[in-house]
Formats: sequence, C-alpha cells, structure tokens
Amino acid sequence: MRRRTFLQGAAAGALTFFFTTPAGAAPVEPTRPGTYPEDFNAYLKISADGRVGCFVGKTELGQGAMTVLAMLVAEELELDPAQVDMLLGDTDLCPWDMPTGGSLTMWHTAPVLRGAAAEARAVLLGMAAKALGAATADLALKDGAIWVKATPKRRITFGELVKGRKMERHLGKVKPKPLSECTVIGRHFPRKDALAKTTGAAKYAGDLRLPGTLHACILRPPAHGLKLVTADTAAAERVPGVRIVRDGTLLAVLHPQPDTARKALALVKGTFEGTEPDVDDGRIYQYLVDKAAPGQRVMISRGDVVAGEKRAATVVEGEYRNAYESHATLEPHTAVAKWEEGRMTVWASNQSPFVFRDAVAEALKLDKDKVRIVTPFVGGGFGGKLVAPVAVETARIARQVPGVPIQVAWNREEDLFLDGYRPAAVVKIRSGLDAGRGAITFWDSVVTGVSQGEAEFAYEMQTNRYQAPAVPDLHPLKIGAWRAPNAHTNAFARESQLDALAAKAGLDPVTLRRRLANDPRLLRLLDLAVETFGWEPAPGPTGRGIGLACGAWRQALVVAMAQVAVDKATGKVRVERFLEAVDVGLVVNPDGARQQVEGAITMCIGQALSEEIHFKGGHILDKNFDTYLLPRFSAIPRIQVVFADSGTTTTQGIGEPPVVPVAAALANAVFDATGARVTHVPFNPERVLEALKHVAAR
Amino acid sequence: MDATVSFVLNGKPVTVSSPRDRMLVWVLRDELGLTGTKVGCEAGLCGACTVLVDSEATLSCSTAVGDVAGKSVLTIEGLALDGKLDPVQKAFQDHHAFQCGFCTSGMIMAAWAFLKKKPRATRTEIVEAMEGNICRCGAHVRILDAVESAGKAKGGVR
Repeated sequence: MRRRTFLQGAAAGALTFFFTTPAGAAPVEPTRPGTYPEDFNAYLKISADGRVGCFVGKTELGQGAMTVLAMLVAEELELDPAQVDMLLGDTDLCPWDMPTGGSLTMWHTAPVLRGAAAEARAVLLGMAAKALGAATADLALKDGAIWVKATPKRRITFGELVKGRKMERHLGKVKPKPLSECTVIGRHFPRKDALAKTTGAAKYAGDLRLPGTLHACILRPPAHGLKLVTADTAAAERVPGVRIVRDGTLLAVLHPQPDTARKALALVKGTFEGTEPDVDDGRIYQYLVDKAAPGQRVMISRGDVVAGEKRAATVVEGEYRNAYESHATLEPHTAVAKWEEGRMTVWASNQSPFVFRDAVAEALKLDKDKVRIVTPFVGGGFGGKLVAPVAVETARIARQVPGVPIQVAWNREEDLFLDGYRPAAVVKIRSGLDAGRGAITFWDSVVTGVSQGEAEFAYEMQTNRYQAPAVPDLHPLKIGAWRAPNAHTNAFARESQLDALAAKAGLDPVTLRRRLANDPRLLRLLDLAVETFGWEPAPGPTGRGIGLACGAWRQALVVAMAQVAVDKATGKVRVERFLEAVDVGLVVNPDGARQQVEGAITMCIGQALSEEIHFKGGHILDKNFDTYLLPRFSAIPRIQVVFADSGTTTTQGIGEPPVVPVAAALANAVFDATGARVTHVPFNPERVLEALKHVAAR
Repeated sequence: MDATVSFVLNGKPVTVSSPRDRMLVWVLRDELGLTGTKVGCEAGLCGACTVLVDSEATLSCSTAVGDVAGKSVLTIEGLALDGKLDPVQKAFQDHHAFQCGFCTSGMIMAAWAFLKKKPRATRTEIVEAMEGNICRCGAHVRILDAVESAGKAKGGVR
C-alpha cells in the first residue's frame, strides 16, 4: 500500500474506532451482573465488507490493550491484527467488563476474548462448509476468506458468509489453537495506535469538538475539608458569554472558550467552611501510626514469632516509609457530557467505563441504561482514572443545560489537588536470621497506611506475623489505587529489610534470596537476572552501588537489579543501569510487554527519587510540575528487560508486576554504594544526605 | 479586545480574530480545530504543547498569538508532507516511542526542531534537548532511540 492511502485510511479508521457505530453492533448485557456475556457476538462482529470488529469494555490507556487484544482475535481468525477494528470502552456497544486496572486485561479478559474468537472461527468454518459443500476438515482459512484446500477457487469471504448479520449458531466452549500452531502470539506487530498518535489524529476527551460545546471550570475549595458556602459571581457574569451553573456546592463557570472560562472563574469570590485536617507532610507518618494503633489486627500469622526470635542470631529492626504520590497522568482528568432526550452521554478519560456509567447514573438518579460512557484515547491512567469524579461533575453540569455539550478539563493544579494519591505508609519490621544464615526464624511486621497485600513473598519463613489496621478513613487526604497498590510499599519494606539482614550477617543479597526461595520459578528468575546483569556475589556494602530486589503481583514474579552512583556532597542519586527479569507466563505481545516493563521502571525511578505530594493541613502545596517532580530524560538509565521462558500457556497481566521491586532495588543500590540505608520513599537528595550523616556518625 | 492576527499555519496563510495576548495553544485547538497539540500544564513545564514557530520549538501554552503574527507555525498535523510521514514521526512509530500518546506531539516537534539544527547529535545532547518534555508513561529510552535514529536516517528531517 502506498503510504498516502495508508495515512488517509488510518486517520479515518481512528475516527471509526470511536465515533460511529460499526454495522450490526448492539448492546449486549451479561446474563448475570458482573459476568462476561457468553455469546461471542458480544465481542465480535463481521461487517458486510468482511471487516472484523472487536468490542471490549476495556480502555486504551497507552498500555497497548488495543493491540494485544486484536492479536488474540487475529490469532484465532487467521488475520493480521491490522485487519481487526477495535472498539473499546463504550458502555452501549461493548460487553460488560471489569475496570482496566489490576493487570486484569490479560488475566481475565484475554481468555474470554480468545475463547469467543475460537468459537467464531468454528462457526465460520461450519457456515463455509455448508456454503461450499465441503467438510470443515478440508477447508483453509486466512485473511478473512475460507476456501477448499484442494480447489482454492471454491472460496468464500467472511463478508459473504455473514452478510453483516449476527451469527446465530453457537458451539459453546471451543478450544483456542494450541500454542504450537499459533502464528500471531509471541510475534512483533505495529501498535494499532501508532499512526494516530504520531500524527496528532488520536482524539482524547478534551479534543472532542461537539458543536456548541461550553467549557466548564469549577470553583474548588482552597483546601481539603472545606466546602463552598457563598459565592459572588457578579464580576464573572460580566464577562461576555459566561454562564454560571450551580448544583448544591458545585459551582461552574461556562464559556465557549476554555481559557476564558478559566479567567472568569478567577473572578468568582467564594467563601468556604469546614475543618482542614491538622497534619502536614512531615507529621503524617506519626499521625497514621497513632490513629491506626488501636485498630491494628493480626492479618497473617504463622508460628510463634516470640519463639522464633529466640532462635535468631542476627536481628534487624527497620522502619520504612513512603510519601503520598500522585498519578499525575499527562492528560489531566477530562470529560465531555451531553444531556439529550432523557439520556446522558459522557465521553470520559477513564479506566472503568462501567463503573463510570454506574456512578453517573447514581449521582443523577438515572437508570443505568440512560447513561452511556464513551471512551476516546486516554492519556495515561495508572489507577488514577478508575474513579469517576470528573464524569460525575461534568454530567451534573450538563444535566442543567439540556442539549449543550459540556467539557470539563481539570488543569494541572486541580489534577494534583483532586487526585486520589498512593497512600503514605509506615511499615515496621523486626526480623532475624539463624546462625547458619539460611533461615528466617521470625518476621514480625506492622503495616500502616496500606494493607498487607503482597507483603508475603516466595520466601520460606519459620514464623511470621503481619499486622495491619482496620481503621476506616485513616488518611487525611483522598487515596486511590496507584499501580501495584500495597505491593510496592510492602516490597520496598521487605526487600530493604532483607538487604539489611544480609549485610549484617555478611551475606551476598542474591545468596540470601536463593536460600530463602520456596518457589523454583524464583530460583530460575534469580539465575536469569544474575547472568544478564553480571552480578558478582559479595556482602554489601561493596561500594559498587548495585542493588537487588524481588517482587510479585499475583502469580507474576520480578527480579530487579540496579546500579547507582551517589554524589555524597549533594545527595543526588544517579541511576546508571536497571535490569528486570520478569516471569508473567506466556508473553502474547513481546514488545508491548517490554514497553510496560520499561515504563514501570522509568516511572518508579520518579517514585523512588523525587515524587512526593507536599501538603499542609488541607492545602496541597504542589500546583504543577515545578515542585511535583516527574522523572525527566536525564534521570533514566540504560534499561534491560528479560522474560523468563516459563513454559506455561497462561498469561499474567504486566501493568503492575514490574513496578513492585523498583524502589527497593534502588535503595539497596544506594546502600551498596555508600553504606547508608535510605528508608523513606522518595529518597530525594535531602533524605540521602540525612542517611549519609548516620554513616559518618557510626 | 480582539485583533486581527495573520500567520502561516502548516504552510497556509491564516487570519484569526483574537485578543493578541491569547495563548497560541487555545487558538490552535479551539479556533482552528488542531487538537494534536496538547495542554498538559499551561506553565511551560511539560512540553506537551510544543509547536514550531519559524522552525524553533516553542511552547504554545506560553506564547501569545500576537507574537506569531507574520511568522510560520507548524503543528503536528502539518508535519507529514503530501501524506508522507516525516522521518521523526516514522522513527517514533518504528520504535513505539510512546504509550498513551499525550506527550507525543510535543516530543516529535521538539525533536524535529533539535534535529534540524543538529541531525547527528550525541545521546547526551539529545537528552539535554528533550529535557523540557515530560513523558509520564516512561517511554523515555525509546524516545531517545527514536530521535537518535531519525537524525541518522537518510536525508534527516526535511
């Protein structure tokens, strides 16, 4: 194909994905709420021209769902992934699905979709056998056509077979192709969003330009805990074209121009009342511990930790902390809503179309079928767009101006203020090794701020105890799911603690993990990491600046190795290289998986070294990227990624797992470089200098 | 007070009626419908709004439309010529040098302006040139690879 036609075709295709209804598409609800529909027609539709449309209730956040899901359909139907048109995240057109989070797409949705495609293949072959008067065993299938192997002229296309109608035959569960016959899985394909995203054609919620759109800017309280009481809008209303909408404590300034709406909002004088939390980013850790203490409960317990401690020859006590961290997606939360003919349609930047639909329906007291969520391209999620406040407030405004599309695009200050943060946390651990340096005799841990999720790992421990609080509303600020929630906090504590134990016992960190590993997969992964990284065993600190950490997310395992250089005068940590060895089972899209790992490492270099929400009472002090510090190009090292050949046919998701051990590997590398243990994430230069003082004092 | 501002946009003359101090990004997105240029921070801190003004990388969130009067503005939509992708766009595609894509327009425009001046730059020089552009998904290494390879591509940027 000449590039010109390709470019035009693909640009048009990008619009087709989201803004028109492919032929034959119809809403399909599952028979039971919270289940996947069993009819494969819910996922796959073949249009009269033979194009295969695939409908899934996930969203494309950049993680590559659109490409990997198309690969699965292409695998079963013998197509190129480019021949599958994806429509994601439209609650009217796509079957119900779980939110796009928790690394669930490959874990939950992929087998369902692949099964649907396998059934569709069998049904199409059956239809073709009848039409061509041949046995299905004598048929071949490729690129949307089916023919008789012996006489290829006896041929029929998908379009001719299905004629744009729903396929009525059903065969129940049909086994997908065995791995040995797969030609798409495991191969490299261009991302389906590559052309749209490199030409500016990709549309995000804020790029929709529905005729007559009014941009709404919402009056926010200056601090959390405060609510709007009175507002003087007189000055704002003098701006030509301004409209004010109020709904309870929600006050919005509307204007055809987004920047004019923003300027007019600045003219509104509000008074606010309420109580701010009495805490700040320095006192938060003691605040959490004090508030949580009465509610601490034993969540996991094995054996008698008191007896275990008596058997220990090396005991270490550690306290590990992490700050609040924002999702800070580059696309701030954005939605467009239109109330028309008794239905609310919301085009929303989101990770969970069906959760958004239900939230809007509940807030507006509408039936769920009166709300439609449409999902354009989403400019990053990381857990931050699992929740629907922007869709709800946009819909509330739109409800008051029937027929007028309303766009709400948070600015950066709003996005940093309204985000649900990765929780601040404190993890205290007291643990010990036996005299033979081969067994953890006890591990006694108190987790505050997050749950004990993924605190345990594939390590043998003679006794252990994990306490975590059951205190509702523990946090003074809104918290949310941040990529690998709980797991990365607990892994940072566990892997730092193990590193400290190894150092105190004079043991190489890899050797200690090998002795503790109770899963052969972990042993193989350690070997793979050691070999790829070139890890030479030695007890730390060696001065080389290398660090190891392991982590898990469900069945996925990750081993991370880092090398850093620490400037002892400034406290600045420079990451020189970073390796992850990853076992996520069968890797369907190798380049997509690699991108997720590289992205997680890069993102978590920011998590480990610089990202922190600063606050005083209910005031969020970070307003923009001048103080909220995301990792820039100069912070990122050479990255190596290796996947274990796990020999399984099941696939784990990969959004979360590579996040889990990053901060711990870097902290352990800092220790190896300097002898100073950094225990507070992010370990910015100030905290590194503080840790270095303790070494100097020793 | 609205003024009449004329400039060349993606090779064609345009005239808009706008306050001279209105930021260029809003004029591009709202008046001219070119939404490939993104708004990420409105303070010149993230680079998502980068466009070319007379071939110089320029933050359109912090540039008044009056200041581009008589100049030539190029946005991501104008980079492909006669349907043929620019080598920088091609390199970003080939390297999958993006995830969510929200920073990508700005990245490509910043890279283009830099490579125009220095097609065979060192890795360190590329890092310095791209430092003002933020990618949240962590495509950094691929973006650097893409910029490096675009510079080496036959003919370089156009």
